[in-house]
Amino acid sequence: MHYVDEYRKKELILAVAGEIRNISKKEITLMEVCGGHTMAIHRFGLNALLPPNIRLLSGPGCPVCVSSQHFLDTAIAYSRIPGAIIATYGDLIRVPGSVTSLEKEKANGADIRIIWSVLEALELAKNNPDRPVFFPGIGFETTAPATAAAIVKAKNDNTRNFFVLSAHKVMPPVMKALVEEGVKIDGFIAPGHVTAITGTAIYDELAAVYGLGVVVSGFEPADMMQAILMLAVQLETGAPKVEVQYKRIVHPDGNKIARDLLAEVFELKDDRWRGLGTIHNSGLKIREDFAHFDAENNFSVLVPELPDPKGCICGSILRGTKTPNDCGLFATACTPSDPVGACMVSGEGTCATFYKYRS
Amino acid sequence: MIPREEKILLSHGNGGRMMHDLIGNLFIRHFGNTILDEQTDAAILPAESPFLAFTTDSFVIDPLFFPGGNIGKLAVCGTVNDLAVSGATPRYISVSFIIEEGFAMRELEMIVESLATEARHAQVTIVTGDTKVVNKGKCDKLFINTAGIGMFRKEDMLVGKALNINPGDAIIINGTIGDHGMAVMNARESFNFKSPVISDCASLNHLIRRMLEQCPGVKFMRDPTRGGVATVLNELAAKTGLGIELSEQALPVSKGVGAMCEILGFEPLHIANEGKVVVVVSEAESRHLLEIMKSHPLGTQSTVIGRIVRDHPMKVVLKTATGGKRIVDSLTGDPLPRIC
Repeated sequence: MHYVDEYRKKELILAVAGEIRNISKKEITLMEVCGGHTMAIHRFGLNALLPPNIRLLSGPGCPVCVSSQHFLDTAIAYSRIPGAIIATYGDLIRVPGSVTSLEKEKANGADIRIIWSVLEALELAKNNPDRPVFFPGIGFETTAPATAAAIVKAKNDNTRNFFVLSAHKVMPPVMKALVEEGVKIDGFIAPGHVTAITGTAIYDELAAVYGLGVVVSGFEPADMMQAILMLAVQLETGAPKVEVQYKRIVHPDGNKIARDLLAEVFELKDDRWRGLGTIHNSGLKIREDFAHFDAENNFSVLVPELPDPKGCICGSILRGTKTPNDCGLFATACTPSDPVGACMVSGEGTCATFYKYRS
Repeated sequence: MIPREEKILLSHGNGGRMMHDLIGNLFIRHFGNTILDEQTDAAILPAESPFLAFTTDSFVIDPLFFPGGNIGKLAVCGTVNDLAVSGATPRYISVSFIIEEGFAMRELEMIVESLATEARHAQVTIVTGDTKVVNKGKCDKLFINTAGIGMFRKEDMLVGKALNINPGDAIIINGTIGDHGMAVMNARESFNFKSPVISDCASLNHLIRRMLEQCPGVKFMRDPTRGGVATVLNELAAKTGLGIELSEQALPVSKGVGAMCEILGFEPLHIANEGKVVVVVSEAESRHLLEIMKSHPLGTQSTVIGRIVRDHPMKVVLKTATGGKRIVDSLTGDPLPRIC
């Protein structure tokens, strides 16, 4: 497969691993923020190729995992509105809410459809003009522009029965929050596809003020090994900065069209993150101009605040302070077929990844 | 002459004249044979061996037509393959249709035609059947239920039971994996991937017969349908108490399936096949068996994908192309409901 196989060559990966071993002497902790990176590390067994002085930590970059239980309970409550259609990405369907899940509600008769693109949700709305179609929007700067585009299109086409429940989030505040909270990190393996939208300026403060290395990485094993090598060089030479490894996709200025769309449709709000609490200006709220398409603005449902499941340490795992192996439920009470916490459900969740690629 | 109504009506299932016409003008016309032509309530079959293999299956695939086949062809292949991998020679099948009111007669005929063609090709006789029509909205277009009967040679009766499996035995598959699941997915979802992925849907009984007759050392066979190769091998590991080691580089995956799985985040080992057989054979006989399989049109791409090992009992472990190792679990959750 072009553009994939080239980055999975064993000789290339082993050569970079050798270079890392030659250069890296300090004890360093690197956090991969993105769930896609966590997947790649485990899928390709990259940990085994790194010297013992380099520690990798998984961060809060799985959109499903960081979405609060309250968000899910709200989506479930919408599914019970007479006539409602919930059009959702497949990842979300099995995530346990406080008492039920969208999958269980579907079996109870709710109309829940799995879609691959938000535009399919819009299409559903057009084909069912008498029914409200809800799209639970999750994800970071990578997926939020598509949601924004759908909302703009709904407005232009006058599709009045399309509603977004936005749990979209932005990356920089949570990265900063983790550092300020005292999670010990020397550098970030920064998310490639988020940066393709945002550009690299969002990380400047992390390097300049907090003295952290930041390398924006691709998702193939050779990409990740090269990003780790670049971070090792920065940290060994005492010159942390923002660099891009994933140059074939990421332009330092990002994607202006997507950013303009985001700014047109969304504004920042304080937002809740599972396990991390409320983080200032970390979520995306639909602007007043598009309020008609904001589900929360149009439908009020009563969703009680309930505590997260007992024994589940998803929060600490998302903060990078614990790993799945520290959890008493991991691989016993909590498995992909019977998940307790969100990190076990999403394909990009740290627990699901540890479970799938355990050895 | 095909029935003149363009759509299936409730009357086509009510036992009266219209149903009689539908059976005569469509089903008997395509399936006709000396046993079915009798139109008795039960088919009377000659017993050709003291032991019989008996299987049943239902087909609810959506969409009904997909690249490489349709629900009719699939119904024959699925039933025939279940008998064949048990070591039996498939001989007779039953076919029952549950049809939604309003279903297009033309589509029904296309499905019946392809079912008949596949049955002739597999050399199985359709000996009995049934037709029901349900109200619009009470089933999704068309469901098919089948049963199948196969005859045994005495020496083939243990081949489905996974006995005498030992460390060192080779695991062979007759070609690329994941083609059916991805073809159906591509046909169902609005991806519009340009590279066509075609279902491998095929009756394997002739290939399997040749394998069993020419290589008595076949120890185990299974068709990796829903749940894919990973699920079959996990069941085998659990049953034997032994480990299984697969080589990622040896796994035959077509470019199209590989690319779709990469984009959608699927594991090819979890994707369904409808024309594949996973075989376990002793290391000593593996080369011979490969030659036999490659000599058949459905086995030209046969290859060894892994081995039975003493290590990691009851677990399937994949040696990755980059030199790592990881556990391959059975499928959990269902990324693709209604693929057969």
